[in-house]
Amino acid sequence: MKGVAYVFGDDISTDAIIPTDYTHGSTIDYKYVFDPVRPGFADEIEKGDIVVAGKNFGCGSSRESAPIAMQLSGVSGVVAESFSRIFYRNAIAIGLPVITAKRITEFVSEGNEIEINLDTGIILNNTTGVEIEGESMPREIQSIFEAGGLINHYKLNKDEKEVEK
Amino acid sequence: MNGHTTAEKILANSADLEEVWPGDHIICKVDMAMAHDMGTPSIIDYFKEMEVDNVWDTSKIVCVMDHIAPSHHVADADSKVSIRKFIQETGIQNFYDVGSGISHNILPEYGHIRPGELVVGTDSHTTSHGTFGAAGTGLGYTEMAYVLATGETWLRVPETIKFEFEGEFNKWVGAKDLILHIAGEYGTDFGQYKSIEYTGGPIDSMELDDRFMFPNMSVELGAKFGFTPTDSKVTDYINKRTDIPYKSRDADADASYDEIYQVDVGSISPKISTPHKVGNVVDVGDVENIKLDQVFIGSCTNGKFQDLKIAAEILNGKQIAKGMRLIVTPASRAIYSRALKGGIIDVLTDSGAVVTNSTCGACVGRGMGIIGEGEVCLAAMNRNFRGRMGSYKSDIYLSSVATAAASSITGMITDPRRKL
Ligand code: SF4
Repeated sequence: MKGVAYVFGDDISTDAIIPTDYTHGSTIDYKYVFDPVRPGFADEIEKGDIVVAGKNFGCGSSRESAPIAMQLSGVSGVVAESFSRIFYRNAIAIGLPVITAKRITEFVSEGNEIEINLDTGIILNNTTGVEIEGESMPREIQSIFEAGGLINHYKLNKDEKEVEK
Repeated sequence: MNGHTTAEKILANSADLEEVWPGDHIICKVDMAMAHDMGTPSIIDYFKEMEVDNVWDTSKIVCVMDHIAPSHHVADADSKVSIRKFIQETGIQNFYDVGSGISHNILPEYGHIRPGELVVGTDSHTTSHGTFGAAGTGLGYTEMAYVLATGETWLRVPETIKFEFEGEFNKWVGAKDLILHIAGEYGTDFGQYKSIEYTGGPIDSMELDDRFMFPNMSVELGAKFGFTPTDSKVTDYINKRTDIPYKSRDADADASYDEIYQVDVGSISPKISTPHKVGNVVDVGDVENIKLDQVFIGSCTNGKFQDLKIAAEILNGKQIAKGMRLIVTPASRAIYSRALKGGIIDVLTDSGAVVTNSTCGACVGRGMGIIGEGEVCLAAMNRNFRGRMGSYKSDIYLSSVATAAASSITGMITDPRRKL
């Protein structure tokens, strides 16, 4: 996975990622992603770009609209120094890659091109040539992620179970 | 040392294992699952996508219309129409429609929570159920669809942090000031992925309404679970509400903890969390005289009976400041009704407060009490993130109910001890 980095600080809440006012029922107005902290983000980014953030990314409510809005706007993955647990799970469940890398914000600046190896968790900053070691996703949940999210994972296993019968 | 913490004991039981240790990834059977009106529309979509016909157990699912209730936008009214249809089609037995109250407050009230059980909900404050010895935690909507289909979810067994409180609170200082003190002192991510147990004399002598603060606000510290002890106050409450047998699974005396912190609650003064992070905590004295446009008392955190009682005690016979709004939102219909019968609602209304129906409302920025550009709100609730209550260009300060009520009289942030 390769893309341009957009760098955010610590404690970016789900309210900051997508204000609740832009979600109704199951529809999400993803054009407003990050509007409270970075208006215009959805117009700026290109498909495949990567969000880099400090500590406690995605803190606050359990709203899944946060990772979905990011995914819809074209974000291909998030590298953060730490994630709030519900955001982390939600991202995996919808198939948005999330990598934890301590001190990542010291090694990546806005606009750098970074490349992530999801299997090893290694992040390469192509702009500076620095290599950063992130944590790969726990093996137990990688299978969910590899299936493209929890729904597909369920369907895949369901079919297998039916074949077994 | 081979005892277990509360989280380890509950998770071992739910995974059908002899014992589990922090760091284990396990598949758990869920005892109770909660979905609210903001999450259910997506859950329905995913459920259909999964091509499942039936939910795993119609008696173990609770659906609550609390976040946007009543609807004031056609899209939200429409989504409630589909939710009600889904409830009928699936036969989910426990449905609480608009007006019943906030999920975390009504699940225990209506007997859906039991000590020793695992509860998941589409809401981060599902941690609240640790007040009743249950391991509660939040999940997203895709994961909830999976739970509704299978009754199972994966969890990583968390490390546990323990707080040992001692001493006595000063007058007009209480649970909310203490939890804000912890957020200020230790940060809002020190509990990340962990379980937190709160113990000691001050917890033992608290009403359940006040104890609720600690498991409830544990998620603001990053935690997966929060627990207070399952003593006779808890079992008396539970036994009045359920016939289903349960076994409490409080920590063993020789359980191992990641960290143990001691706090003398007598050293705490009224606290305020300043914009835009829960962890930006100062003493009320440091921000006194900040002018307010609105005071909000409500949410799962501060809309409980004890909260309304304190507000009425402070506001009795007084008027709120001119040019300011006071919005009070009882957390459940039962709380509302008890406050009404006890004369509390009268006192609040006479002081100039707007008392709303039971809902998340202003707390989630979708109901009565949204604030506009340039406005300042002092809120007895749980989060002050930018834009949480409306305009991004507004400021939210968090405090206890006592501080909020005292400040509504002066129209400025005010130390309740000074005013009263
Ligand atoms: S009252 Fe606020 S914090 Fe509590 S469940 Fe509702 S929106 Fe969430």
